[in-house]
Amino acid sequence: MAKADFAVPELKEYAEIPVIQPGSMQHSSPFKSKPEFQEALGFPGELAPDWQKQALAKMGDLLGRYRSLRVYLDSCVKCGACTDKCHYYLGTKDPKNMPVARQDLLRKVYRRYFTLAGRLFPQLVGAENLTEEVLDDWYSYYHQCSQCRRCSVFCPYGIDTAEISMAAREIMDSIGVGQKYCNEIIGKVYKIGNNLGLPGPALQDTLEGLEEDVLDDTGVEVKYPLDQEGAEILLVTPSADFFAEPHVDGLIGYGKVFHEAGVSWTLSTHASEAANFGMFIGSYENMRRVALRIREAAIKLKVKRIVFGECGHAWRVAYSFLNTLVGPWDFLDPRYPVPQHICEFTYSLIQQGKLRFDKSQNDDKVLTYHDSCNVARASRMGDKPGGQFEIPRAIIRATCNHFYDMGEETIRDRTFCCGGGGGLLTDDLMEVRVKGAQPRLEALNNVMKEKGVTHMAAICAICKSQFTKVLPYYGMDMDQIVSVHQLVSNAIILTGQDDDE
Amino acid sequence: MSFISDVYAYLFYFATLVLVAGLANKIVQYVRTPAPLKIPTTPAPTTNRGVVLRIAREVVFFESLFRGNKWTWIFGWIFHFGLFMVTLRHLRYFLNPVPVPLQMIQPFGIYGGMAMIVGLAGLWVRRFAVDRVRYVTALSDHLILGLLILIGCSGLLMRFVMHTDIIRVKEFFQGLYHFQINPLPADPLLLLHLLLIAALMIIFPYSKLLHAQGLFFSPTRNQVDNPREQRHLAPWARRFEQK
Ligand code: HEM
Ligand code: HEM
Ligand code: SF4
Ligand code: SF4
Repeated sequence: MAKADFAVPELKEYAEIPVIQPGSMQHSSPFKSKPEFQEALGFPGELAPDWQKQALAKMGDLLGRYRSLRVYLDSCVKCGACTDKCHYYLGTKDPKNMPVARQDLLRKVYRRYFTLAGRLFPQLVGAENLTEEVLDDWYSYYHQCSQCRRCSVFCPYGIDTAEISMAAREIMDSIGVGQKYCNEIIGKVYKIGNNLGLPGPALQDTLEGLEEDVLDDTGVEVKYPLDQEGAEILLVTPSADFFAEPHVDGLIGYGKVFHEAGVSWTLSTHASEAANFGMFIGSYENMRRVALRIREAAIKLKVKRIVFGECGHAWRVAYSFLNTLVGPWDFLDPRYPVPQHICEFTYSLIQQGKLRFDKSQNDDKVLTYHDSCNVARASRMGDKPGGQFEIPRAIIRATCNHFYDMGEETIRDRTFCCGGGGGLLTDDLMEVRVKGAQPRLEALNNVMKEKGVTHMAAICAICKSQFTKVLPYYGMDMDQIVSVHQLVSNAIILTGQDDDE
Repeated sequence: MSFISDVYAYLFYFATLVLVAGLANKIVQYVRTPAPLKIPTTPAPTTNRGVVLRIAREVVFFESLFRGNKWTWIFGWIFHFGLFMVTLRHLRYFLNPVPVPLQMIQPFGIYGGMAMIVGLAGLWVRRFAVDRVRYVTALSDHLILGLLILIGCSGLLMRFVMHTDIIRVKEFFQGLYHFQINPLPADPLLLLHLLLIAALMIIFPYSKLLHAQGLFFSPTRNQVDNPREQRHLAPWARRFEQK
């Protein structure tokens, strides 16, 4: 078990709603961004003396630009339906991690300065001045929200705390209070092309290594091309796929699928990152700037289609925003949606009977599947609502003999976040990450006990990294997390493959 | 007597003005504010028709709340359904002649009044009994519940204990249409009922009661899931395109 200097929550047989413990996570807040990283993104380096005025001006600006923010700050009736839906509340018991209370941190300031009732009777309606304490609370608790949108599923008005968190982070960035992890990463994308700061030659090396591995394994020459002009498909994938387990096994899988499909494809150094952290900090402008690299790469490489690798937040930006941010895609092949998810791609080949699998290759595992929040609640796959649930499961069923779902109230659109999304995947937030993983791992633990599940498949780079890191805290094994395309990779029978095994 | 009638007449003109202008102002504000990105909570409908149905289910059945919390749903739904019936029944003071369907549902309006009280009481109990809900409750949340319960109770008391002359009540409100102030019965319960209602109308546009139209403007509920097919560019985002 990994060592922790905080109490790791227990995993129970039946989910329990904890009694509130005010202030229990007040101390948790991420490292602040240094001035140089702020400035690279167009934000001031540090807090100015008149920061209150600036913050309120920014808030007013956002209220005029985002209907979601305006409507959501007005509409909450404090019905409480969301209070027990956030994994961070369930895992930390801190009432400010209840979605409505998290919103209230911003709402009380909104009421004070932007509504009649709050100007006239602040105490009555819970309005408060914007003080340093309030700002501290913002910084702390808006970085204990993974923008997973689970709360918005149950709210009678669909109030989405993620929208509020994004706005709060944008306001903080605009007064020079940024988060180190997110802002440094966005800086790396601008400078080098991906979150991990892997330069082109390193990518080339890795990909050549993969080609050798696959050749050794199967006797088939599967290519992992980089910057190949004129390829049909541009694959954009999270940079974790280039080096970390189990991500890289997924990348191997994509290559095998493309190989069997007989289409030419390529990765790009310029757009060697699918994730778009601009979303986490609520900055349309930065999100657009990051996304623009994909458009530029597609034009430069003269591809016909764009496919995204396994990633949750990346897929939200890709599916829901990409067309709006940097479309139109009229120079691509109109027969395919832009962009496509690798799971959509693989699934349609399975449907057409173009892929052959030996499911027994995965017989050492009993699987379950983790719906990543941004795939489940913020995007879609296929042409029917809910395809994002069915398509990955269909792929797992096609490649594995043993599959069981976790508890119904913890999957599909009610899935629990892994605990590391929304820009929290950093070591300085380890406590909230471990505690926030509790509801998901409780459900996993239960299927492990009841059905003998050994592995959990995921299709998000953040989920995979988060789980590999936090599972040991709960006495589980980091290898229990697998990529969906890792399962594909194990089971797929390549044409001309050595069949000695 | 005519002094009280005058006061109430002006009070209702004022309250109506605040309600209508306040709501119109909010609606204009919501309409004017763009929703720059597609953010429906998925799975979401892929057609406009689907979206209309989704919103209708939310309005009529409180679908999301049903999935979220059964107790709140039961009490909340009973309260709103009761309120709806009461509203229908009350239309008889404002319409002349009273349409037949409205005449037929009159008796149900009374049950509606009772249901309303039961629902409100249940919701109020939750505000004390559940620690999480207590934590997020502000004084105004209690006051609004209290206000609605008082309105309901004063109404029910008029119906069952201390009757008022509803013909003259109707004449009073009909008169207001033509800026003519007819005498209002000076029954304390009626005056209380009406005073509280005027208060409700005035706070409506400035309080959480805005949830009623908020639902229709909520992007997570009212957007069609078609971002790959259609761009969704907000006017302020267009300026980035020029660069
Ligand atoms: C389109 C019409 C409306 C819809 C869809 C709607 C829906 C809801 C829902 C789902 C809730 C949360 C559950 C609950 O606490 O009951 C709620 C709460 C509430 N509604 Fe409405 N409502 C509407 C109109 C109204 C109107 C016209 C009033 C007022 C006179 C009203 C007063 C309230 C109050 C006071 C609460 C809070 C109850 C509490 O404190 O727990 N609603 N509404
Ligand atoms: C200007 C508007 C209103 C007027 C003139 C009015 C007048 C009255 C009158 C005269 C009664 C007695 C009925 C009888 O004796 O048969 C009554 C009852 C009642 N009122 Fe109102 N009222 C108004 C608005 C409201 C509102 C907005 C509510 C709820 C929020 C409400 C809730 C009730 C209830 C629950 C009853 C008892 C049940 C019933 O008779 O329908 N009233 N109202
Ligand atoms: S978006 Fe997710 S993390 Fe944020 S408050 Fe809602 S449930 Fe919690
Ligand atoms: S479910 Fe929605 S309306 Fe109810 S308390 Fe939470 S945010 Fe407010």
